[in-house]
Amino acid sequence: MKSLAELTALRDKMKHTVSAREAAHDSKRVVVGMATCGIAAGARPVLNAFTEEVAKENLDDVLVTQTGCIGICQYEPVVEVFEQDKEKVTYVHMTPEKARRVVAEHLMKGNPVVEYTIGAAK
Amino acid sequence: MFRSHVMICAGTGCTSSGSDKIAEAFEAELKNVSLENEVKVVRTGCFGLCALGPIVVIYPEASFYSRVKAEDVKEIVDEHLLKGRPVTRLLYDETVADDNTIKSLDETDFYKKQVRIALRNCGVINPENIDEYIAFDGYQALGKALTEMKPADVIQTMLDSGLRGRGGAGFPTGLKWKFAAGNASDQKYVCCNADEGDPGAFMDRSVLEGDPHVVLEAMAIAGYAIGATQGYIYVRAEYPIAVHRLQIAIEQAREYGLLGNNIFGTDFCFDVDIKLGAGAFVCGEETALMTSIEGKRGEPRPRPPFPAVKGLFGKPTILNNVETLANVPRIILNGAEWFGSMGTEKSKGTKVFALGGKIKNTGLVEIPMGTTLRTIVEEIGGGIPDGKKFKAAQTGGPSGGCIPASLIDTPIDYDNLIAIGSMMGSGGLIVMDEDTCMVDIAKFFLEFTVDESCGKCTPCRVGTKRLLELLEKITSGNGEMEDLDKINELATFIKANSLCGLGQTAPNPVLSTMRYFRDEYEAHIIDKRCPAGVCKKLLTYHIDPAKCKGCSLCAKNCPVGAISGEIRSPFTIDTSKCIKCGACMEKCKFGAISRK
Repeated sequence: MKSLAELTALRDKMKHTVSAREAAHDSKRVVVGMATCGIAAGARPVLNAFTEEVAKENLDDVLVTQTGCIGICQYEPVVEVFEQDKEKVTYVHMTPEKARRVVAEHLMKGNPVVEYTIGAAK
Repeated sequence: MFRSHVMICAGTGCTSSGSDKIAEAFEAELKNVSLENEVKVVRTGCFGLCALGPIVVIYPEASFYSRVKAEDVKEIVDEHLLKGRPVTRLLYDETVADDNTIKSLDETDFYKKQVRIALRNCGVINPENIDEYIAFDGYQALGKALTEMKPADVIQTMLDSGLRGRGGAGFPTGLKWKFAAGNASDQKYVCCNADEGDPGAFMDRSVLEGDPHVVLEAMAIAGYAIGATQGYIYVRAEYPIAVHRLQIAIEQAREYGLLGNNIFGTDFCFDVDIKLGAGAFVCGEETALMTSIEGKRGEPRPRPPFPAVKGLFGKPTILNNVETLANVPRIILNGAEWFGSMGTEKSKGTKVFALGGKIKNTGLVEIPMGTTLRTIVEEIGGGIPDGKKFKAAQTGGPSGGCIPASLIDTPIDYDNLIAIGSMMGSGGLIVMDEDTCMVDIAKFFLEFTVDESCGKCTPCRVGTKRLLELLEKITSGNGEMEDLDKINELATFIKANSLCGLGQTAPNPVLSTMRYFRDEYEAHIIDKRCPAGVCKKLLTYHIDPAKCKGCSLCAKNCPVGAISGEIRSPFTIDTSKCIKCGACMEKCKFGAISRK
């Protein structure tokens, strides 16, 4: 460690490895269905894709978490996005690629990816 | 990239109830279900709610699991980590709302009134990993001090912040640093007093165990401010986990160049060594502590000269307590004004208290200065168990005094506590209910100081012993009214003439209980009665003939054959033979035996 700048660079690099512990003030929650049906349909790579992407983009206000069976097993992997004062958005048949697009468009720019939602799937 | 973090308390409290086994079980179980690359297991410092240990907190949801056993781990992994369903039956009941939704920890009574500055990283980081400390702005304050501030600016910031010593006496930290900085010398020292000896106080241990780097960083800042290049941490050998983590922290800091030569590319050099204390209470006194570091017998010496003039090895030295130091980096980063915005006029910031005794939530709490005792006991502490009544709280350990129920609304700060005859001390707070005898409590603390007196000066060596004998006389039923005047006179003499803080404060528990509970002393002396039913020699056991069925169970269990009678008619106790062990009362199925 030769300078303060070096320390700050290390801090910024390490910050996202511990950001999961500062969940108290999140305004957006990404909830991945991780019951047996979800896991069988491939929810785990989806969950990991969300976790990685959110960390990479330093989205401090997003909490990525999981839940049990929502009851629409035929649509798994299901991901719900909750935002304060907004209606819940439910994404279905998710994949890691779709997850990355949801992060880029919905979580970062505020535009839900309508074509992945349960409404579009019907 | 880990999506979830399992934080397992690895402080002394939870470790002694098996948290290391729980951590191992988590690692094994996660491997079993192939989650080891998705879920990280972190051994962390104390969460504070020690009564509910072993504690496991799972992020990002911040689910607070309490009293976890190794057998529970599989269920938590399968349900919570694999399928996302928190195991409600193991969650801290206060975090589970009536409709089964889970509240955040910050909303519980125990945590919501707390402001964590000294304890900010405890339970949040892995104390054995310097990178995690750095991720939470660790060593930024040292960097700021070395590259942007002059030593005088650092001292001015400390002065402006109003930070006072958290070890007990409450001397302004900035002033201490200023005195040491003003004394020119070829060598100066920074000492950290981690010889936490008050019965019941364990905040310093928790900081060392949960966030050891904060102490190193603060000591380096202090070294820069006063012009010292060497620091010593004097820590008790009875704190093996704290010592181990400090050693790791020092090695890591040296490896990163945060201790050693030319820190951050400046001319400033600083290193830290650990000195183990052998557990003598008097070595928490600053002059005794330095004498002990020098390799001599740990005895105090008269002041002046003060350590800032002539301290360790005869050189200018500052001594700061662990909790004091834990505040320093935050003050440098956030500014004196930020720190000064918390607390009361003359006591700024927060104070950590170790809650113990007759209280539901035993553990560590950090609250802004000026919080009332009522808030601490009733809200944060969860009140007295078994519906008993609050009688008094003891602060300051063997040097402090009692706060009676009538003063429960006193805002706690240094000066208010002194005014009511107690003191802040290191922050031990022992809650007592109606079953506590105040004479007995005073006797307990005095026994401690008699044991721990180093014997160098007569008022403390002989005086405390004589004082204890007077209390023993009273609790055994031989007290006379003039003993109270003798106690007063002797106590005043010991306070005025002892060499160091140990003797000067030793009579405080006696004086404060006499001040607020004189009626209890008088009951012991005049009525030969202990109102709380504690002092054995003043108790008599009695069988109520109306309730006794004559089953003879009491007589069978009496170890000295003091109970006799005929089957199916009331038994009697021969009080001259009775040794007051209470075995009969415990065994009686009809509640016929009472103690007065």
